[in-house]
Amino acid sequence: MSATGLIRMGDNALVLGQRLSEWCGHAPALEEDIALANIALDLIGQTQLWLGLAATRGAGDSADALAFHRDAWDFRNLLLVEQPNRDFAVTMMRQFLFDSWHFEALTALCDHSDTEVSAIAQKSLKEVTYHRERSTDTVIALGDGTDESHMRMQGALDRLWPYVGEMFTHDDDDLTDMTALRVPFDTYVLTALDAATLTAPASDFAHQGGKTGARHSEHLGHMLAVMQSLPRSYPDATW
Amino acid sequence: MSNEWPLFEVFIRGQHGLSHRHVGSLHATDAAHAIQNARDVYTRRKEGVSIWVVPAAQITASSPDDKGALYDPADDKVYRHPSFFDIPDEAGAM
Repeated sequence: MSATGLIRMGDNALVLGQRLSEWCGHAPALEEDIALANIALDLIGQTQLWLGLAATRGAGDSADALAFHRDAWDFRNLLLVEQPNRDFAVTMMRQFLFDSWHFEALTALCDHSDTEVSAIAQKSLKEVTYHRERSTDTVIALGDGTDESHMRMQGALDRLWPYVGEMFTHDDDDLTDMTALRVPFDTYVLTALDAATLTAPASDFAHQGGKTGARHSEHLGHMLAVMQSLPRSYPDATW
Repeated sequence: MSNEWPLFEVFIRGQHGLSHRHVGSLHATDAAHAIQNARDVYTRRKEGVSIWVVPAAQITASSPDDKGALYDPADDKVYRHPSFFDIPDEAGAM
């Protein structure tokens, strides 16, 4: 099994966890602030497991080394998760789309033949089940909310929909058949969007290049510069 | 702020066998949202096995001004306290 598949799972969790942590102290309500921070911590915890396993399979020295001492072109996360937070609508729509894919991917990985992979998937799935429930409820509440919240959620969906297709591209490095996840994803997402009175764009155009590392968006490098500055400035820093 | 979400009071049961205890309050759009928020605000360190939320507006509270009339008459009725009995250890927490 290729360590790249593990790194893809780990990098998705790492980059989205870091993005969500940018809300800490800034979310529109105290309760949302704590919830986003909790989800960010769940994702960073999953990162330690995926990148930790990747390290033992020869991808690097440790999870920390992989997280903090790789450059943007070595990251294998989806383009969706590196997109900036912008407003709360974009953040929650990004979360909803990722959670919906993440749930299906982890469900499939629970049956993976590699017992370490299936163990990480089973532990993560419990957390992600809650993430998906929460982001779904928020998307429905804001989509079917005021004129302003509906407009913002539809705008967020239009902005992020071109990043959905990459989640279902597949190559030999992936841990499971990603193309097979599209049907259950569509069933779940379109039902929720319907309840939210939101309309998915008709175009299937998909930005690609995140999970292969070929072409990350310009946002990733800026985010990593912030995230990696301390361990790179003080290589042996400890708490 | 005038468009603040409604306030909910949160009760958490810490372990099986103990009653729900009031742990604090939070804002949420409805009861289901309040349960989600309570999970994030009050049970992130595995404090609970069960959550209740109650709209704060639904709670009727006694007035501090009535303190004398409500509680003082009980002061001199020491015989109302079961303090003259030895409680067997087997009875557990009372």
